[in-house]
Amino acid sequence: MSTGTALQAPAPLAPPRARSTPAKTAAARAVRYGLLLFFVVVVLIPVYVLVVTSFKPPAETGVSNAWSLPDAWTTESWSRAWEALSPSLWRTFSLAIPASIIAAFLGSLNGFVLSRWKFPYADLVFTLFLFGMFIPYQAVMIPLRQLTIDIGLPSGVPTLILAHVVYGIPICTLIFRGYYSTTIPADLIEAARVDGAGMIRTYTSIILPLSAPGFVVTLIWQFTSVWNDFLFAIFLSNTRNGPVTIALNALAGGQLTDYAASMAGALLASLPTLVVYILLGRYFISGLMAGSLKS
Amino acid sequence: MRHGIRSWGPGLLLVAPSIVAVAVFVYGLIGSTVNLSLTDRHSARPATRHVGFENYVNLFDDDRFLHSLRNLAVLTVVFVVGTIFFGLLWALLLEKGVSGEGIFRSVYLFPMAVSFVASGVVWRWLLNSAQGENAGGLNALFGILGVDFLQNQWWSNPTWGMAAMALPAIWQLSGYIMALFLAGFRGIPGELREAARIDGASEFQLYRHVIFPQLSPVALSALIIVGHMSMKMFDLIMAVSGAQFVTEVPAVYMWQTLLTNDYAKAAAIAIVLLVIVAVLVIPYLVQNARAERAR
Repeated sequence: MSTGTALQAPAPLAPPRARSTPAKTAAARAVRYGLLLFFVVVVLIPVYVLVVTSFKPPAETGVSNAWSLPDAWTTESWSRAWEALSPSLWRTFSLAIPASIIAAFLGSLNGFVLSRWKFPYADLVFTLFLFGMFIPYQAVMIPLRQLTIDIGLPSGVPTLILAHVVYGIPICTLIFRGYYSTTIPADLIEAARVDGAGMIRTYTSIILPLSAPGFVVTLIWQFTSVWNDFLFAIFLSNTRNGPVTIALNALAGGQLTDYAASMAGALLASLPTLVVYILLGRYFISGLMAGSLKS
Repeated sequence: MRHGIRSWGPGLLLVAPSIVAVAVFVYGLIGSTVNLSLTDRHSARPATRHVGFENYVNLFDDDRFLHSLRNLAVLTVVFVVGTIFFGLLWALLLEKGVSGEGIFRSVYLFPMAVSFVASGVVWRWLLNSAQGENAGGLNALFGILGVDFLQNQWWSNPTWGMAAMALPAIWQLSGYIMALFLAGFRGIPGELREAARIDGASEFQLYRHVIFPQLSPVALSALIIVGHMSMKMFDLIMAVSGAQFVTEVPAVYMWQTLLTNDYAKAAAIAIVLLVIVAVLVIPYLVQNARAERAR
């Protein structure tokens, strides 16, 4: 898990070569920064639109002044969005937090065993787990819905917690397995075994105290993907018991879209994950790296 | 690995709950969907009999399904090429270390933290198909900037609309691919560059012959990650165009079919989608497992 943010010391600068004159280097630098700034502007265009439109009164959301700042700033649309989304925002928290914690804990146990306490065919089991994170979930959705009805699980939050825990197992296991096999030396586990420590002792007294960074990465990944999920939500819940993505889609999806309110809503619905990203971006990137299997 | 069940037994026991969960919810439910796709359950009533591959044969006779496959192909090509282009370009601009690198990286990567449903709200506005006087969104911006000839119908174009649908996806995922490539660049030992420079390689030759070949595993990961995401694309399309025929892909068609209670047909579409994804992902997983064993 050293990729992504753990930068290597920069390579020593090569001795200046004849063909790169100082003027040329300065020009190259200017072009480089120019391009980087240009792309910053391009990437932030949707953010500008979201913020600006969300503060416009309905009369100003027409096409004629689409790109201009509001003449009269108002938070009316924010109150309308809050009204439409707040119940589902709380539901999403009550869904994403337990689903993340349970999946992360299972991932930690699995990651420990599949990296440092292997059983025969452990690697095959791991690969079979991984396939589970790449499948299009449509391929399980119809019987999954039937199964949750058959076992009497209420539609909405409880069903979604189950789904996110189960289908979160592969990625959480992947992150922890990668984390343990790079940070916990096999010798350490071997020494503990020689000293007669059982598996549970080894896990609780050696592995768990060293697991904090792994938990941060996994919890962030899992929280973000549960928070942003729409696919499970649309199959397994509805606007009355579903998460914020369903409520937002209902708010924004009508024939006559209230753009000001739906953009305020989109910002509201994105705030929790954006806050996590801004505060803990480093760990967020580690999770992304693990997701590509190149940990 | 120690021998004897007393040694590895507890490990297997600890992972057992997850093994059961994945076996049931991934593989069991896939089997159940396959079974459903072979029946005549075309309504809410239970199936009466198995019909073999009839549902699959019908699918490949169904113009609407073939249309969704074509859309998927256009989306995937544009999405994959676009994200790899911008991801690699941004990584190249950043890889030698520029001041403010952290800020550029954070800006390019932040769309990853936002859901497709939330970004879909603003992209729906940006990709407004009206032109000229009534132009909105990006078309209006083109008007303001005096580049009216760039105005187009975006995703409403029946032939190439899916290429426009890839734009939000490219916006969202390019930062991820940048992070992957950046980690790849940083993983190349400094001595390798040094040696090439001492041998008199020009900057271009250095990249062409030394650095890019080292990045091919990263490029492969990027291809698989983006490719399989594209094939499963659902949220974004639902949010931007709201399940219209012109932008229909198999994942959306499956949902629309389920709404008409044609369970067997929906299951067959889901399984075709699974097979398409599996063809891409399984070789990658196998290769990944082999590479790990060789290490």
